[in-house]
Amino acid sequence: MNTRHLASALLAASLAAIALPAAAQQKLLPAQSSIAFEIKQMGVPVQGHFKKFDAQVNFAATKLTSSKVNFTVDIASTTLGAPEMDSELPKATWFNTAKFPQAQFTSSGFKALGGGKYEVTGKLAIKGQSRDVTVPLTMTQAGATTTASGVLPIKRLAFKIGEGDWADTSMVADDVQVKFKLALSGIPKLP
Amino acid sequence: MTPSSSERSPQATRYNTVAMVLHWLLALVILAMFGIGIYMTDLPFSPQRLKLYNWHKWAGVTFLALTLLRLVWRMTHRPPALPVAVTRTMPGWQHRAYHATHHLMYLLFFAVPLVGWAYSSAAGFPVVWFGQIPLPDLLPVNKEVAELIKPLHKLLALALMALAGLHIAAAIKHQWVDRDGLLSRMLPGR
Repeated sequence: MNTRHLASALLAASLAAIALPAAAQQKLLPAQSSIAFEIKQMGVPVQGHFKKFDAQVNFAATKLTSSKVNFTVDIASTTLGAPEMDSELPKATWFNTAKFPQAQFTSSGFKALGGGKYEVTGKLAIKGQSRDVTVPLTMTQAGATTTASGVLPIKRLAFKIGEGDWADTSMVADDVQVKFKLALSGIPKLP
Repeated sequence: MTPSSSERSPQATRYNTVAMVLHWLLALVILAMFGIGIYMTDLPFSPQRLKLYNWHKWAGVTFLALTLLRLVWRMTHRPPALPVAVTRTMPGWQHRAYHATHHLMYLLFFAVPLVGWAYSSAAGFPVVWFGQIPLPDLLPVNKEVAELIKPLHKLLALALMALAGLHIAAAIKHQWVDRDGLLSRMLPGR
């Protein structure tokens, strides 16, 4: 083996060592993450959250064009903290969980706004309805953990959440605030 | 039959207009709320149920505010004393029952809505008056506390209904058994 080959072999090995962890080890840390939402029922704020969700993340602040997020929420894990309401959510009028067990967000682009702020565009699919959304994101890093948080306002009727009598927005407002805080490991250092 | 104005002294024999309006208005509100309260709790999860719960809460807070006004009015505008013709024939126990019923009713006028409001707070549903004005929580959110308070709201409301029943029975007795015209104190004058 001549030196040239050795050099290129070493280079390849070190590149793999750098590239692989970044690509393979970005993980969502569910225990430190949360996705909650708030909706108003006749003016009364009602909070709910999703207990089960997961994400495949490949993010680098220096490589936004190749960054990608695919996020799934297990709809059956939705809770409003009141059993009499939770038992209604899986029904066809609301989430139709049997037919649409997952909600999904797939990113199509990242835009840096500076100061740790980003805009992620993508498709949000809930209950079989797919809509373009722009998610505002603030990212912070502490040690090995990166936290991405933000609030995404959505319209429930765009996703047919609450049909029939429940489509009445004087009863349940159309606006839903989705508040998320996602803890991630393996994200390359932010600028 | 019409007495001259010098013989009549309406201030001394009748409740004043504000007191009468509040009495009859709040009597109607109490009956309506009790009816709605009993009916709504048995409804299945529906917009109708949600609507009635909110109306019940809005009416409850309104009732509380008007009762406070009523009490302040009562303390600054003393109600007429019982007519001598009535007190003369009233046994001592009836006199005590008359005072006890009124005091207990006032106590419950406050206790029933306040406990309901506290229940709503503890259950995690802050009261938003007429869907517009968010009211402070009386208790922090705690489902176990909420479950403890819930039967208390009902129990106190039932006690209030029992007292109101007694109050109405006494009014009927005075009107049609004793025929002493006591009821006219709470009716607009001719």
